[in-house]
Order: sequence, then C-alpha cells, then structure tokens
Amino acid sequence: MLDVIIALVPALLVSVTFFGWNALRLTLACVITCLAAEALSRKAMGRNLGIDDLSAVITGMLLAFNLPPTLPTWMAVVGSVFAIVICKQLFGGIGYNPFNPALAGRVMLLISFPVFMTRWSEWTIPSPIGMDAVTSATPLGLVKTAVTSTGALPFTFDGATMLQLLVGNQNGCIGEVSAAALLLGGIYLLIRRCITWHIPVAYLATVAIFSGILWIHHPQQNLPPHFHLLSGGLMLGAIFMATDMVTSPVTKRGMLVFGGGCGILTVLIRKWGGYPEGVSFAILLMNAITPLINRATRPRVFGAPKGGKKQA
Amino acid sequence: MGFIKAKYNAPGGVHPAYHKDLAAEQPIVEMPLPASLVVSMSQHLGKPATPTVKKGDSVLRGQVIGESAGFISAAVHAPTSGTVKLVAPVATAAGPQATAITIEPDGEDTWVEGISPCPNWQALGKKEIVEKIAAAGITGMGGAGFPTHVKVSPPPETEIDTLILNGAECEPYLTADYRLMVEKAAEIWQGALIIAKALDAKTIYVAIEDNKPQAIAAMQEALPAEAGDAQVVELKTEYPQGAEKQQIFAVTGREVPAGGLPLNVGIVVENVGTTLAVWDAVVNGRPLTERVTTVTGGPVAKPGNVLARLGTTTADMVEFCGGTSGAVAKIISGGPMMGFAQADMSGPTTKTTSGLLLLGPESVHAYESMPCISCGRCVGVCPMNLMPNELSQFLEAEDYETAEEYNVMDCIECGCCAFECPAHRPLVQHMRRGKTQVMINRRNQ
Repeated sequence: MLDVIIALVPALLVSVTFFGWNALRLTLACVITCLAAEALSRKAMGRNLGIDDLSAVITGMLLAFNLPPTLPTWMAVVGSVFAIVICKQLFGGIGYNPFNPALAGRVMLLISFPVFMTRWSEWTIPSPIGMDAVTSATPLGLVKTAVTSTGALPFTFDGATMLQLLVGNQNGCIGEVSAAALLLGGIYLLIRRCITWHIPVAYLATVAIFSGILWIHHPQQNLPPHFHLLSGGLMLGAIFMATDMVTSPVTKRGMLVFGGGCGILTVLIRKWGGYPEGVSFAILLMNAITPLINRATRPRVFGAPKGGKKQA
Repeated sequence: MGFIKAKYNAPGGVHPAYHKDLAAEQPIVEMPLPASLVVSMSQHLGKPATPTVKKGDSVLRGQVIGESAGFISAAVHAPTSGTVKLVAPVATAAGPQATAITIEPDGEDTWVEGISPCPNWQALGKKEIVEKIAAAGITGMGGAGFPTHVKVSPPPETEIDTLILNGAECEPYLTADYRLMVEKAAEIWQGALIIAKALDAKTIYVAIEDNKPQAIAAMQEALPAEAGDAQVVELKTEYPQGAEKQQIFAVTGREVPAGGLPLNVGIVVENVGTTLAVWDAVVNGRPLTERVTTVTGGPVAKPGNVLARLGTTTADMVEFCGGTSGAVAKIISGGPMMGFAQADMSGPTTKTTSGLLLLGPESVHAYESMPCISCGRCVGVCPMNLMPNELSQFLEAEDYETAEEYNVMDCIECGCCAFECPAHRPLVQHMRRGKTQVMINRRNQ
C-alpha cells in the first residue's frame, strides 16, 4: 500500500505546483477525514482499528485528486466520509467493497454538488489549448460545450498543446492534470508489482482505438486519440482507479475485458453523454459487473476437458 | 544427442529464493550408524505396515520388520542389525501417529541371508521385476511416498509408452536428487531401464531444471546405448516443475485429466532417487534401508547431503552435520514449500525425507491473515488454474460443497498461492483442510 502512496507523489507534486495551497488543502482534508472515518467506523463496528494498512490514505489521496481545486473543504470531508463509511466499511471493510470508494465518493459529490464540482479555478495558464488569459473550464469541458453548441471543435491541436497536456498545464481535478507524473507513478507500480499491465493497457488502448475510429470518421467533430489519452481523468483512472484490486477482476483475461469495457464506456460518455468526462462512471459501471467478469473468465482447470465442461 | 529443451510449460508457478548453494556442492557422505534408529511403519502413502517383530528380538539388516498391509502399502526392513528396544507409536512428519520400531544397532551391520544380486537383470521378466521392487519396500522418494511396485504394475489394459524420471527437484534448499544425478548417473539410468522394462515403456525422459547444468551434463554423458531414443529434458527453473502433472505437460504436452492419474495418458513418473533404489533392489538385491537427505538451512553448521539409514533422527542428522550454529526458529521435514514443520528434532527420517531444513529467526516470520483484496495473484500462479481466492473464502465459511464444486480436489497443495498472497492468507492450509473434509464427507455419504 505504501507503494501506491509513493506512486502518487509525482502527481501530488505537480498538483501543488499548479494549484498551490488548494491542492494541499484538499489532499490533507481527504486523507485525514478518511483515516478518522476508517478508525471511528471500525471502532463503532467492534472491529480492530486496522488503519495501518494505509488503504484509507490511498482512498483519501485518490478522492482529493478527483476534486476541482476550489471545492470547499467541508464538501471534501463529506465525500471522504461517504467513501469510507458507506462505500467501504458498511460493505465489510477492506476487500469487500464492490465499488472503488474514492470514485464513489467523487460521483456522490458530483451528483450532489454539480456546480461546485464543475467550477474550475480561475487561474491563468500560459495558453494550454491555444487560448490566452483565464481558463474557466477543462479542455474536455470546452470541447463538450463547443461541439454541442456549434457542432465543431473549439481549437486545433499541435505539438505544443500536447506537451502542455502531458506536463499537466491544463485545468482539471487537482490530481489528474499531469499525464507524465501519473505515468511515472504507473511505471513504479508496475515495477513494484502492485499492478499488472492488463487493465491500464487494455483501457488506454481501447480509448485510443475507439476514439481513433471516430476521429478518422469525422475529424471536425471528434477529438484525436492522443488528446483523449492526455486529457481529463483518463490517466489517473486507468493507472490508479481501474487497477484497484478489490473492485477489478482477478483473472488476466477478466482484467483485459474490464479495461476494454472501461475504455468503451469512457469514450461513449465523452462523446455522447451529458458529462464532458466519463472515466468515473465508466469504472464504477465496470466495478458493478466485476463478479460477472470473474465468473465468465474463470480459467479452465488444468486437465479439465477443453471447451466442454466449464467449472461450476 | 539425447538432450532437448522442454517445449511446454504448465500454468502458473513461482520463483522462490532457492538457497541451493548451501549444500549443492557437498558430495554425498555416508553417516555412521547412530546409537538408535526409530523405524516408522508409515513411511509411504497408504496403509502402514504391520510390525513383525517385538521388543527384544534381534534383527539383521534388510530383514522385514513390517509387512505390507494391503495393495497400497509397502514392506519395511531393518536398516541395520541389532536389537528391538521398543515398539510404540511415534508421530510421523505429517503429524498422525504410527507404530515405530526402535532398534539399537549392534555395530556389525550384518545383512540378512538371502540377498541375491542379479547383475543380469535383462533376463528377468516384468513380473519378477515388480516382485523384486515390492520385496524391497520401495516407495516414491520424492515426497508423496506412493508404493513403487503399484506404480510399475498398471492395470493390464493400460498402455504406458513413456517413463519420465523426475530430477527437477524444484523445492528450494534441497540438493539430494541433484547430488544423486551428478554422482550416480549410470546407476540411475540402469534403474530407469529396469522400470521401463517392467512398464514396456518405449521412451524415457529425464526432466531436470536448467539451474542444474551439472546434473544435466552428467545424465547426458551417462546415457547408455540401450536407452534408445531416451532424452534429458531441460525444464525452465520454476516451482513446481517437479509436480507430476505439471512435469508431464512440460515434457510431453499431455494433460493428465482432472482427477486422473499419469497412467491415463500413458505415462509413469519416477523420482531419480526412487529409480536408484530400484537399481539397488534389482541388481544388488538390497531392500531399501537408506536414503540421501539434504540437511541444510542457515543454522546448520555444515550443510550437506547425507546418506543415512532410515530411522535416523533429525537430531542425529544435524549432529553429524556439525550441529547448529545460531538459533533455530523452525524445523522442517522436506523443503520449505511442501515440507512439514516439526515440533522438535526427535522425529525419524523415512523413505520420503528428502531434506531436513532448519531456519533461523531471520527466515521465519509470523503473519496475521488479512481479508482477501482480490488481487488475483494466487489465480495467476496456481499451476492447476484454480481460484484459491474464492476457494479459501468458501473454506473459511466451511462451505465444503461449494468448494468441491469449484474443484478444490484438484489442488496439488504446492503452496504457490500462499507463497504469493500479499494479504498473508493461509491459502494452501485452507485447501489441505478442505480436501480432507471433502474426503471425510464423501466417505460418510
């Protein structure tokens, strides 16, 4: 678990660089609330305290990373309590929650406080997507608004824009902006064997292929696949959220199916959904069918007849 | 010539630290007779042998002191000449009690009369070979201890085309089979030819992991002309390559059907130590009274490969290896993956004691079992493609019926799942308990 925290540090550093105090404020609020909620609810349920597995710290960090920089602290606290108490401990604690607690917390906040959850900080960034001065929406948000109202993309894509997205100089939730920092953390997780490549690669590849088909079909109205990959919460989701062991399949084939499903749903929501971003919903929906995926991808027992009789 | 690399690899597997360097380069040394030998009647899979001597009797080396008690059973012989001091139950390495005969050696080591060497074994018929193996009380010496005479006399309608000698020795620390292959390659090949004749097997393979190049070279060099197209097969080093079903797949690509036996796919697998014992029994006429055991681990002063009489206690073996230097936190009979932890060093060696492993406090950790976090590592490493995560939860809930439905009986108890589990769940222990309970439930139906 400590490894996951270490892997999140680059993204945290980028976040503090770009969002300053707000990034620290939200991260601390979520981590402290998650730890307290975990300890108190375990105590109330008569279980041993068990916060030393650090899983509550990870939930707190991931929830904070999924919040916009100007969100009031008390909302972050509410989201954290919801994530830990309702989504994790009431299901039995670590290992028993069907949904990723941090994502469930974020989606609860998004539905309950839609204005605050989509109010992006008004901070000046040096032309991340071809516009100067003040930015008031995420790149994906701009695209959604523009495509819905005018039927065309609001800007063009060049190498410089891509570099800004990669570094993280874009608007968005505090932990999702820097694809590079998140990838660095992902590589660390792979090396430390905390995750396997199956889910992130299947997820990202599916997004790239699906959005690529749309883009080739109609480049005026659809984002190019590299923009999809580098914007919004995709990297954070694919590397840190979809790979949550508890809520993702246990078989390798299942992980590929899971990642692929997340990818398709993400593009579907980004393209046709009401929200500009679909990573959270995509992963939560796939969490819901994880037990079915496990069942469907059960390996053939060594020595059992091929193709024929399936296990149980 | 005579060498191929395995074309297949069974599912799963893990790579534990091997620690074989502790004893690998120590040649086999014969241990002098200890002050007493405790000979268990349960040295094999199946019914314990029936004692045929009583307290006060004098016995000679090779004399039957325990009769085979059924079809799946094996005779036990006196490991040396001397006097029976005690006939009483002693705990076996795995735990349950079995009658054991304590012998005080007279130091003469006199063989019983009637030991008849047969250098010209080629003249023997299949039936005679099987009889000699049965009379010698040979059992599988790799670990499970299945009576060898049963294995080499398959039902007449079964056709066996292939014999595989198991020299994988995939358990960490153990080097006894390795030393046998390096030092006794020619004799092992003769044993293989004898078994192949009993089985009418046309092809012989010797399966060895690629971390034992010296053994591979020795077996290849000693390959006799009569062995025809026999091959030394190099396996990728990975635990459990020595597991029978996994090895058969690696060598031949054949899958033993779930719940079936190797003979269902025309194959018999014999450990190299067992094969050497067969050679000794048939060619020299000597029953099984000794074996090579690796005595190793951090606290052992001089780790080595010891040829000792069956019934030598762990304490005597360790004493012979220079005693201990440093604290002993765990005593294991066998290897660290599938061996049995022992309460003390009083237990005797048997035909299946491939190793005695002492671990210091730095190598022994106590863990608290945490809830499963569904990481799926156990699923990835299970060589039987089971899902130990689910099974352990069914078994924790004592739901044996569901566990059976989800194939708990196919578990080979290799321990890869527990080795890999980041939540330190005692997965293989759940499986063992579950399998036992399912067997009990079946019997009671």
